[in-house]
Amino acid sequence: MPDNENRPVKVEVKNLTKRFGDLLVLDDMSFNIRKGEFVCVVGPTGCGKSTFLNCLTRIHMPSAGDIYIDGVPANPRKHNISFVFQEPSALPWQTVEQNISYGLKIKKVPQDEINRRVNQILDLMGLQESRKAYPGELSVSAEQRIIIGRSFAMQPDLLLMDEPYGQMDVKMRFYLEDEVIRLWKELGSTVIFITHNIEEAVYLAEKVLILTNKPAKIKEEVYIDLPRPRDITSPEFIHYRNYITDKIKWW
Amino acid sequence: MTADKQKLEAKWSAYKETQKRENRKYLLLSAAGILTVLTLWQAVVMMGLVDSKLLPPPTVVLQTLMDKIYSTVPDGNTLGTNIIASLKVALSGFFVAIIIGVPLGLLMGWWTYADRFIRPIFELVRPVPPIAWIPLVVVWMGVGLKAKALIIFFTAFVPCVINSYTGIKLTSQVLIDVSRTFGAPNWLIFWKIGIPSSLPMVFAGIRVALGNSWSTLVAAEMLAASAGLGYMIQIGRTVARPDIVIVGMVVIGAIGAILSSILSRCEKYFLRWKVNR
Ligand SMILES: Nc1ncnc2c1ncn2[C@@H]1O[C@H](COP(=O)(O)OP(=O)(O)OP(=O)(O)O)[C@@H](O)[C@H]1O
Ligand SMILES: [Mg+2]
Repeated sequence: MPDNENRPVKVEVKNLTKRFGDLLVLDDMSFNIRKGEFVCVVGPTGCGKSTFLNCLTRIHMPSAGDIYIDGVPANPRKHNISFVFQEPSALPWQTVEQNISYGLKIKKVPQDEINRRVNQILDLMGLQESRKAYPGELSVSAEQRIIIGRSFAMQPDLLLMDEPYGQMDVKMRFYLEDEVIRLWKELGSTVIFITHNIEEAVYLAEKVLILTNKPAKIKEEVYIDLPRPRDITSPEFIHYRNYITDKIKWW
Repeated sequence: MTADKQKLEAKWSAYKETQKRENRKYLLLSAAGILTVLTLWQAVVMMGLVDSKLLPPPTVVLQTLMDKIYSTVPDGNTLGTNIIASLKVALSGFFVAIIIGVPLGLLMGWWTYADRFIRPIFELVRPVPPIAWIPLVVVWMGVGLKAKALIIFFTAFVPCVINSYTGIKLTSQVLIDVSRTFGAPNWLIFWKIGIPSSLPMVFAGIRVALGNSWSTLVAAEMLAASAGLGYMIQIGRTVARPDIVIVGMVVIGAIGAILSSILSRCEKYFLRWKVNR
């Protein structure tokens, strides 16, 4: 067990249960995510991964149990949370740069700081040239980069990403995977990253949470004890990948 | 990225070229259509198929139109005075309807309390045809500008409310959620997400409202007026001058088209972000 266990708890999930009418989606989940941890969540389609994040951000209220951030019930007004949603979520009526500064303006960050961060993000995401364009004028992958940039710009305490790289080609995905790691290291943020791609999970995560079929429970927590940058062709890497794939396959 | 932008620009200029060519073609076709109707009309009158006293030919109508620019016969006003009088009535009713109707619809669509409070009143009033208000309006406020504008208001108000209401109801949930997770309070989400996302529907409503306002004009000016295009048509009828009536109709049509194109410009500006991928 790596040193994670010594860090303070950032997110405490306590008997979290979520029902939509009669449909039980999350079934009495309890686990902790530690401060500064990079956690990937994998699980079968429709098992309740997005629902978990929606409970964490209070988009949905839990049916029972609760989620605590830094020991208090989760609250987007108090906590500096950034969420990259599974669906495209750029504001179509705002230009690229307005989109990136959207969250910062809500948090009332000073204007010169906003300008600085927006510029930095435009460079990072390769969007400098289309800063005045509207999302509808760009490709789907560029729109996704706007959204990711918008969440990075927040320098969040808690970064939630729901299959953020699904629309990307391989090259862009590798690039953004390294960027999210860099951001995480620089800011010491806690990251919860949902993905279907097991290779991506093993590449990114300190800890992988494997969920069961719906209703979701934690099937296993796997610590990925590999040095970074990780080599996706190394035997240890492949071992982890196959192990997790097996866990998802067997019910 | 550069590639994105270049591709976009190339596509855009190619699109513009074809668009221009298409436009020219269609413009020609439209002109031909109008010309055909005018020619037929002229021919029918000149061949004596209809009495030119009842249906003056286009040439006479054009002559009357020219004369009306400075002549005050038969209604006592030049064409310009009539146009201004009509615009005053129609636009004041129209703008008041927008100023009250759009925010009302947006508020009802966003806050359930406002919805529950206002909706029943609105639903009761909505089915009453605007023309049916005329007698009451006359009793309340006589036949001045205010009274006429109020009639127009009733016709323009309903589409403004309904479209704004529906438009804001259709706001994408994920955009609301994005704002919530950034910690935005509800009023800010209303302002930053709800309103812009409702704009396409709002503009569609305003377009209907403009059409209604302008087409109710004649009815409103029947209330008794001393100037206005509707009034001019009335007088034309009483003095048996169908050419005056037709001039009135043509001018109403033309100004309606101009207003509608001004509105299109505004719409294009405010919805410039709406690009189809
Ligand atoms: N608002 C809702 N109302 C009713 N049912 C819902 C709602 N949101 C999600 N569900 C149901 O909850 C279950 C889990 O959905 P969720 O979106 O959390 O799955 P997921 O693990 O994110 O799936 P995917 O991998 O496809 O993104 C699904 O069966 C879905 O139909
Ligand atoms: Mg999901």
